[in-house]
Amino acid sequence: MKKIKLYLEELSCPDCANKIEQVLNKTEGVKKADVHYTTSKANVEYDSEKIEVADLKKAVAKTGYKVERTK
Amino acid sequence: MKKKLKIVIISGILIILAWLSNFLNYNPLIFKTAMVIAAVIAGYQVAISAYNTLKMKVISINLLVTIAAVGAVIIGEYWEAAAVTFLFAFGSYLESRTTAKARNAIRNLMDLAPNLATVIRDGKEKEIAAEEVEIEEEVIVRPGEKIPVDGTVIKGESEINQAAITGESVPVRKEKGDEVFSGTINQNGYLEIKTEKVGDDTTFGKIIELVEEAQEEKAPTQKLMERFSKYYTPGIILLSVISYFISGSIRLSLTLLVIGCPGALVISTPISIVAGIGNGAKNGILIKGGEYLEKSGEIDLLAFDKTGTLSKGEAEVDQIITYAKSESEVLRLAAAAEFNSEHHLARAIKNKAEAELKESVKSPVSFETHTGKGVTARIDGREIMIGNSRLFKEQGIKIPEKIERKKNKLEKQGRTVVVVSEAEKIIALISIADRPRENAYQIAEKLKRVGIKKIVMLTGDNERIAESVAEELNLDGYKAELLPEDKVKAVEEYQKEGYKVAMVGDGINDTPSLVTADIGIAMGAAGTDAAIDTADITLMADNLDKLPYAVGLSKAANRNIKQNVAFAVLVVFALLAGVLGQKVFLASGMLVHELSVLIVIFNAMRLLRYSTE
Repeated sequence: MKKIKLYLEELSCPDCANKIEQVLNKTEGVKKADVHYTTSKANVEYDSEKIEVADLKKAVAKTGYKVERTK
Repeated sequence: MKKKLKIVIISGILIILAWLSNFLNYNPLIFKTAMVIAAVIAGYQVAISAYNTLKMKVISINLLVTIAAVGAVIIGEYWEAAAVTFLFAFGSYLESRTTAKARNAIRNLMDLAPNLATVIRDGKEKEIAAEEVEIEEEVIVRPGEKIPVDGTVIKGESEINQAAITGESVPVRKEKGDEVFSGTINQNGYLEIKTEKVGDDTTFGKIIELVEEAQEEKAPTQKLMERFSKYYTPGIILLSVISYFISGSIRLSLTLLVIGCPGALVISTPISIVAGIGNGAKNGILIKGGEYLEKSGEIDLLAFDKTGTLSKGEAEVDQIITYAKSESEVLRLAAAAEFNSEHHLARAIKNKAEAELKESVKSPVSFETHTGKGVTARIDGREIMIGNSRLFKEQGIKIPEKIERKKNKLEKQGRTVVVVSEAEKIIALISIADRPRENAYQIAEKLKRVGIKKIVMLTGDNERIAESVAEELNLDGYKAELLPEDKVKAVEEYQKEGYKVAMVGDGINDTPSLVTADIGIAMGAAGTDAAIDTADITLMADNLDKLPYAVGLSKAANRNIKQNVAFAVLVVFALLAGVLGQKVFLASGMLVHELSVLIVIFNAMRLLRYSTE
């Protein structure tokens, strides 16, 4: 299990945060995702054997948002 | 962002053209076509995003808006379709513009982080990334440059602007042996610094991380709102379907979809919190999260732990009254006995010894601390005891009446008096003054102005000193001769009386009472990580004036949250009533919705400008 912070491009509405959060949580290999509208940040806990950071970025991209950097 | 604006402008122009053609009695086909194109332009991306999220089995507000717009076109309401998508696009553009402003306070803070550091490697000066400096490595900082690490000055002196940490731009003088912080600005001198912490470990790095986490911390109201909207959105969708079967009005069903996301409600609390925390961070006030902003709003009693807050905690020896031996001999013994103690009174005695004695202070052979009472030590084979009356009582040593009278007299004048004995015989009294700070005299009035009802002092000092200080500073009460655990009890007693208690301390030896209080406020915490970790609100600067600011800001933020929530709830129900009463339709529903969101944001942004002046 790994933890990562995804810094997203600025989220424009609280609904977008909910949306990204739900999408991430439904992504295979993600244990838990919290997306914060106020900081435009996603804290994700994931299984590094099942999924890579690139896959997380792809999942976010599906919602129309880019990941700017990770930590 | 620019793309968003373009979309808004183009679809806006099309809508205007459509209306113009309508007034000029052109072919209605032109009107319809222009409106549909406007709707497609404004809604295209909304629809794509709706489709993508739907694939992940997530229903988003985008989906609801898309259904409403498509539905409006199908039933021939071209203008409504264009208006809904245009307003949605325009609204979200304005929203992101304004929320970005609210969030900027923190972005600006992050920009203060240092990037580069000058170090000496292989005998040459070299510029490297600030995070890559090694611990213990020497860093060179020239006038006008940012200090890249936390460390100690080893050479040079300068005035330093510490605004990034403390929120105060009055420069502070630093010289050899002083602590300097990453992110602060070296104004006019050349400094060489020995690195102690770099990158995320620095005080500045901690602040950034804390502020970031604080904004993610959900306040109770926010959690409540989110729970509400979780049920509200599906509820509205259901209502939309039911109302179609009952009334047969597609228009009504579509309008319900438009108001299906209570945007103002969801955003009401977090946006106030971001603005409040942002304002605080800019002024050297760290607020750990929205929860504490809400709690602070209810605080009516504020308790000071005197040392380090009302007084600087930089006590000074102002008199030594000897009954045996010379003054310098007493000082030498006392300083040696206190050698290992970090108590502020011990420090005062050691400072005095350092300044007055020619020889350096020796460490004692053996040494025992009696917390809150004093120390006993063995120096050159002599039994030295130094402490307050309680220590002497406990050890069964009687203080002669004449000495006791002198002690009382000094204490009435607001001095702290420690008694020194050798082999159970009193040899001296040391009188120590820890005067209130200059701005402590107005603090009670300032705090009352921001809504605190009762201000009290909790102190380890004895009754007489406490009384004289409390009176001088116009406090409403005091509790004296308290040990750290007594302070906890005192806080609990106030809570039992029904007060919501904020405890203010220096965060060093008052941690338990800070934790017990409803809100723990640590003051002058720059450089002390423990204080930052414990306190709910941290004032980085060692400046009492920041306290009314922090309390006032929290209270203002709490009011702001309440206003926003009340307004948002009102809008949600008014809209629902308006739609069901067939007074509000697609375009007007969207307009009210977007306006309410913007009003909530603008209200929150007033917090960015909050100031006590």
